[in-house]
Amino acid sequence: MIIGIALFVFPFIYEDRSMLILFTQIFIFAIFAMSYDILLGFTGIVSFGHAMFFGIGAYCVSVMLKHHEPTMLLVTGAISLGVLFSLIISFVVGLMTLRLKSHYYAMLTLALAGLFLVAAEKWRTLTYGNDGFTFQVPEFFHDRLHFYLVCLVLMVIVYFGLKRFIQSPLGRILLAIKDNEQRAESLGYQVLHYKIIASIVAGGIASLSGSLYALSLRFVNTSVFTMDITLDALLMTIIGGVGTLIGPVLGAAIIELAHHWLTGLAKVHWIFERWLILFGIVYILAVMFFPNGIVGSVRKLVSKKEKKEDVSTSENIVKEG
Amino acid sequence: MVAILETKNLGITFGTHQAVQDVSFSVEKNEFKSIIGPNGAGKTTLFNLLSGQLKPTKGEIYLKGQQITGSSVVERTRLGIGRSFQITNVFPNLTVLENVRLAVQSQAKLRYQAFTHYRSYQKFEEKALHWLHVALLDHKENTLAINLAHGEKRKLEMAMLLALEPELLLLDEPTAGMSLEDVPAILQVIKKIKEEGDKTILLIEHKMDMIMDLSDRIMVLFNGKLLAEGTPREIMDNELVQSAYLGGLYDEFTSQS
Repeated sequence: MIIGIALFVFPFIYEDRSMLILFTQIFIFAIFAMSYDILLGFTGIVSFGHAMFFGIGAYCVSVMLKHHEPTMLLVTGAISLGVLFSLIISFVVGLMTLRLKSHYYAMLTLALAGLFLVAAEKWRTLTYGNDGFTFQVPEFFHDRLHFYLVCLVLMVIVYFGLKRFIQSPLGRILLAIKDNEQRAESLGYQVLHYKIIASIVAGGIASLSGSLYALSLRFVNTSVFTMDITLDALLMTIIGGVGTLIGPVLGAAIIELAHHWLTGLAKVHWIFERWLILFGIVYILAVMFFPNGIVGSVRKLVSKKEKKEDVSTSENIVKEG
Repeated sequence: MVAILETKNLGITFGTHQAVQDVSFSVEKNEFKSIIGPNGAGKTTLFNLLSGQLKPTKGEIYLKGQQITGSSVVERTRLGIGRSFQITNVFPNLTVLENVRLAVQSQAKLRYQAFTHYRSYQKFEEKALHWLHVALLDHKENTLAINLAHGEKRKLEMAMLLALEPELLLLDEPTAGMSLEDVPAILQVIKKIKEEGDKTILLIEHKMDMIMDLSDRIMVLFNGKLLAEGTPREIMDNELVQSAYLGGLYDEFTSQS
């Protein structure tokens, strides 16, 4: 909570454009990573095609703004349209693919995301291919501060919305499916329906983050459909903590900040120009030693401490007795 | 009496191996029926057919006169068939209470509610606690299922099964792999269910004394075929059963050595 308020106040105290933009990016990717965690952390679905929805959201907004007068109404409309598209596509895709078991599903999502990438490359009249295109954003967003606040608010809304979602009876079933699919089925839950619901929710929110991403750059090209985007989400979720909502937010912050500072360090030593290498090492170490991510590891430590205290108090009781 | 479950010439073939062939039987309402037979006789396969995990290659299954041969696991659960598994099958990373609460929630047909907090359904939790009590698992509700002892996991499974409030219970060796001290507890749970008298129970078990004591009727499966059926007394005296059972055990020994 304190951090949240601090983030609201932050831009008014500290006026640095590049930091503002960096934080906006963090919020956007936090939304995206949270949506990915709904699949990975709460339902146990490994998808490599999540960039698909990100890209749909990005292109929906960009194309609409390119061809029409940029107004706030249009932006909201375009974002909603992107979300709607994503809902439909995730439903159809889910219906077709979610019957498959884990890695087969992962491969198929990879292929589908590839399909969207190729389509975006080839449909040059609409997307201008890999070169991409710039577009105008409404007056309101010309001020970076406004955009920063909008993204922050949306992130908070998504956070609490998803929190409610996973704590609903339906969310509990998703967790059960992650834990033991077969058992969930024999309790009378139609597993496929729940997986589709999860992927629809995740798809819609991913599209929202994609739209914001395009708005923040005022430019779009086919990179929004690439595997890198999905991998970023995967990385953020895993480093932050799978199966928690705050984890992806933290992960997004860490990765974006690290990205920013490591590239900044390039002047100091040439190795920082290859910051991806360092990142890979950190990633491997994280997966090996903190498989639960930051949040998961901290939680474990806390619960261990509590247990120890429990034991020591009970020992005291025994001694006194 | 009404037959709650009926099968007609039920059979399944894996490749050339006929695991279950031409099994026709019926279970009456509130009856306690046990299935015995040597290892590999097809008992668990028969259960898989009844609960829908496997689709029969031959024959039909009726629940309360309604054809359910083609129904899925989910549909059958909703119709009132509940089964326990021979291999312990719970949600390992959820708490004991949550395990049972999910079963209660399913029973209450609350399946797609996504907007309210799950805690606002206090009744579910109370009910779940009640079932934990029935299954002799008081004071364990906040333990993760993975941290339970084996015997407790089996009890948890019983609690989940009961929470579904099925009319027909399929119990697949509820005491399998349990230490001897734990067996009486499970027996007590089963007896409790039986005494309530509103459940039909189908039980697979190896412990003969337990079966003789509890069952109204017994079926003997051998090599996928229904060998005999009758009251415990009749089965005890049946020479065919004795030779088959001993013969089966003998086979098992030779195959192991």
